[in-house]
Amino acid sequence: MPPSIRYSLRRLFLAAITLVGVVIAVFIMTRILPSDPAQLRAGPLASEELVAQYERKMGLDKPLVVQFLNYAGQLVRGDLGDSWRTDQPVLEELAQRLPASIELATTAFLLALAIGLTLGILAAVYSGSWIDHLTRAIATLGASLALFWLALVGVYVFYFNLGLAPAPLGRLTIGLDEPDQITGLFVLDGLLTGNLTAAVDALQHLWLPALTLGFVVSAPIIKVMRASLLDSLSADYVRTARAIGMQPRKVVLIDGLRNAFIPVLTTLGIVFGYLMAGNVIVERVFSWPGIGQYAWTALITNDFNALQGFVLLIAVVYVALNLSIDLAYGFIDPRIRLG
Amino acid sequence: MADPLLRVEDLSLSFSTENGRRRILDRLSFELRSQEVVGLVGESGSGKTITALAIMGLLPPSAGIDEGRILFEGTDLLELSESQMRQMRGSRIAMIFQNPRSALNPLMRAGDQVARAVSLHHGLDGDDPYEVAIDLLRHVGISDAANRGRAYPHQLSGGMAQRVLIAIMLACQPRLLIADEPTTGLDVTIQAQIFELIDEVQADTGATLLLITHDLGVVSEICERVAVMYAGQIMEVATVGELFRNPKHPYTEMLMGSVLRVDRPRPLEEGTIVAPASIQYETAGCRYASRCPYVFEVCWESRPGATVFSDGHYGYCHRYDEDPA
Amino acid sequence: MEVSAPHREVRPLPGIRRLASRRPLLTLGISLIVALLLVAIFAPLLTPYGPTETNPAATYQPPSRAALFGTDKFGRDVFTRVVYAARLDLAIAASVAISAFVIGSVIGAFAGYYGGRVDDLVMRGVDVLFAFPAFILAMAITGVLGDSVRNVIIAIAVAYLPYFIRLTRSEVLSVRTSQFAEAAVSVGNPGWRVLLVHLLPNSVSPSLVQMALVFGWAILDAAGLAFLGLGITPPTAEWGVMVSEGAQRIISGEWWVWLFPGLAIVLAAFAFSIAGDGLRDLISTENR
Repeated sequence: MPPSIRYSLRRLFLAAITLVGVVIAVFIMTRILPSDPAQLRAGPLASEELVAQYERKMGLDKPLVVQFLNYAGQLVRGDLGDSWRTDQPVLEELAQRLPASIELATTAFLLALAIGLTLGILAAVYSGSWIDHLTRAIATLGASLALFWLALVGVYVFYFNLGLAPAPLGRLTIGLDEPDQITGLFVLDGLLTGNLTAAVDALQHLWLPALTLGFVVSAPIIKVMRASLLDSLSADYVRTARAIGMQPRKVVLIDGLRNAFIPVLTTLGIVFGYLMAGNVIVERVFSWPGIGQYAWTALITNDFNALQGFVLLIAVVYVALNLSIDLAYGFIDPRIRLG
Repeated sequence: MADPLLRVEDLSLSFSTENGRRRILDRLSFELRSQEVVGLVGESGSGKTITALAIMGLLPPSAGIDEGRILFEGTDLLELSESQMRQMRGSRIAMIFQNPRSALNPLMRAGDQVARAVSLHHGLDGDDPYEVAIDLLRHVGISDAANRGRAYPHQLSGGMAQRVLIAIMLACQPRLLIADEPTTGLDVTIQAQIFELIDEVQADTGATLLLITHDLGVVSEICERVAVMYAGQIMEVATVGELFRNPKHPYTEMLMGSVLRVDRPRPLEEGTIVAPASIQYETAGCRYASRCPYVFEVCWESRPGATVFSDGHYGYCHRYDEDPA
Repeated sequence: MEVSAPHREVRPLPGIRRLASRRPLLTLGISLIVALLLVAIFAPLLTPYGPTETNPAATYQPPSRAALFGTDKFGRDVFTRVVYAARLDLAIAASVAISAFVIGSVIGAFAGYYGGRVDDLVMRGVDVLFAFPAFILAMAITGVLGDSVRNVIIAIAVAYLPYFIRLTRSEVLSVRTSQFAEAAVSVGNPGWRVLLVHLLPNSVSPSLVQMALVFGWAILDAAGLAFLGLGITPPTAEWGVMVSEGAQRIISGEWWVWLFPGLAIVLAAFAFSIAGDGLRDLISTENR
């Protein structure tokens, strides 16, 4: 069996086990940890009868193992249960809100890549210069900034003071119709359907939250790109390339960067995790109707079913993403591909 | 005598370290003639590699030239700009290093790396660079070159990787080839093959070869002349025969004494081998003083001038001054 | 002839000043941390008012001589509350860092030392914990456990537990087969004693770096949770709570209510971040 197939299968296997563990962990989190889910759901003023009713409805009177099996069975069927607050299927509610989060997260990620890779490369290539020191300062600062605070700073400066951003009240100006749905990403849909007013409006609402999130999340990218490129540029094979008279730009690009991207790729997985976490906060500040806002509502209203659905979704996406990155290594790095 | 291809004149070089500036190379002088094979020998840490990097212009940023010139075909390399130096590299002066496998880009196939050197130096010649590359791989003794060319560095043995590097050098066709301990870490039998190959390449291309090594055996086989270095200073320069038969510098004597000689068995004298002391970088005198069995007062104070022993044989030692103090 | 070589200069032990000049970032980080600790400890001496002292007549006053950072919606002095909040946030961060470190290191050490099924189980557990972004995990746990400082500490500590487990495990793995461990066993020490007394102390230096980093992350996470209304809630003086209270006035312009607590967070996180980085550099060069 070629090494890369063996490697891939092992990664898949581990990911599958992890997912099983995740399901168990989420079950523990939302059924076992809370002191009395039925009470929480029924509300503080509910009568004992009502609480008992909820207990039966939520299956809490059954033994834990049965509860777990029901829960697992549901998951396998793709059923995330119903929201305790709205009684609507959680899966549907998440699906409705997903495009908004995707639009925000993807834009933020692209911005983070642009900022992070550029600054990281510049810092490594001009190592020791003011560019390097400034970039490292930015990266350290970015890692210390509280996202929620930076978002407020952004709103204050760009909306309140400069008027360059609209009020942080969602994806579109109130009263404006959403563009016809193709992807659910308003800017894209607006462009695709020729609805330029909506596209522009959506973009105006999108840029500040995306930039805020992207900036904070770019800090680890800057660090790892810089460190990795520095390592790569001081490697023996770069010395060889220079020793045969290769032009400096080509040395950086071909010998330096190609090898430097590999560690960066691993970090991108972690960065995506920060992105998903940051999403919740940014959506809150900007009233963005995505899954982050949904999770927050679930938390505040003790809607553990909805919370559970959210956490599962995040975990599955995160595991899948890291798995893809791992598998990608199998193809990119010939040392793994060919053993 | 024709002008030397390379003349190093009073080259002094320092490094910035945490403890201040440390002068690593001290007034180094030697020359290389056209089509010569010269060995540069010394222990590890004697500054041989630094010298080579200085010639190539590949010194790390913490290094600074204090004084001296490096004249290559009449041009002082230290005066050249980086882009001028880059034009020199590969096409006029080339270098192969230790650890051949790490000297190759792990993400590129061997053949592509050779082809890259080919197109860099002969891109305008009509032939397909990759074909030329495979040819070169064959030339350096890699059997099944077409397949081996598709291999990645981690799939090659150390000896194979070094051959690939030599092929890359061949693609560049330099006038001066510097080989820095090219067989470190390689199997003994492979070592012999690699040296043979390097010797062949030198003979074929008529390049000058500066072979950096600590292995006196190889020197005696391949080199015509030898320069002996210790702690960043040249101690003695001679033809191979002269150096082995008639070493004049105490350090060279010590080195020769450590080589088992069938024709002249000589027990190591007491006190000849001294435990290595720390290198006196700050001294104005001879840096071998702390280990030298013949040391005089003046050895600590001033650097000996060159004493010429015979044609092409000279050394730096106060022992041969007219009036040793 | 005997000639003695000139003495090599003996390097003096590095004093504080030398440390400061050679490692400016680490020094800066540690100084900031010490400053923060002092401010937190001597809060009552540094603040003119009490943290819960309200003044209905002076709500939302901009910064002035009387109130350096202005006042909030209840007329409380923002400066005083920021200083007192340092106590809570630093205490939370310390609890998180220490408990995650202690528990994680012990688990990791056992996993690394005994190997086999125990190790497999622990590693799979670590994988599961790492399957969630840290903040989201902390968010979920706080959400289900309920709002309290204790729950916040537990939630964040659980999120960072896997880092310490992994670090210690790998250190113990590499040290386990070393000679001095074998010597300790051969003299008759039982396994767990070898582990705790001999191996563990030598395996902790990367964990110390991680602790410094986790300290900073915990401050950000606790504040973030509080901002969302989880864990720590008004009227407690905590930086995140203060920012969320101030956020309500973002559109009406009372910027001082949320800006200063946020700056405090940045300062604290920054201090631990550079201290952690500096510590990492220090350890890696010492090892060389």
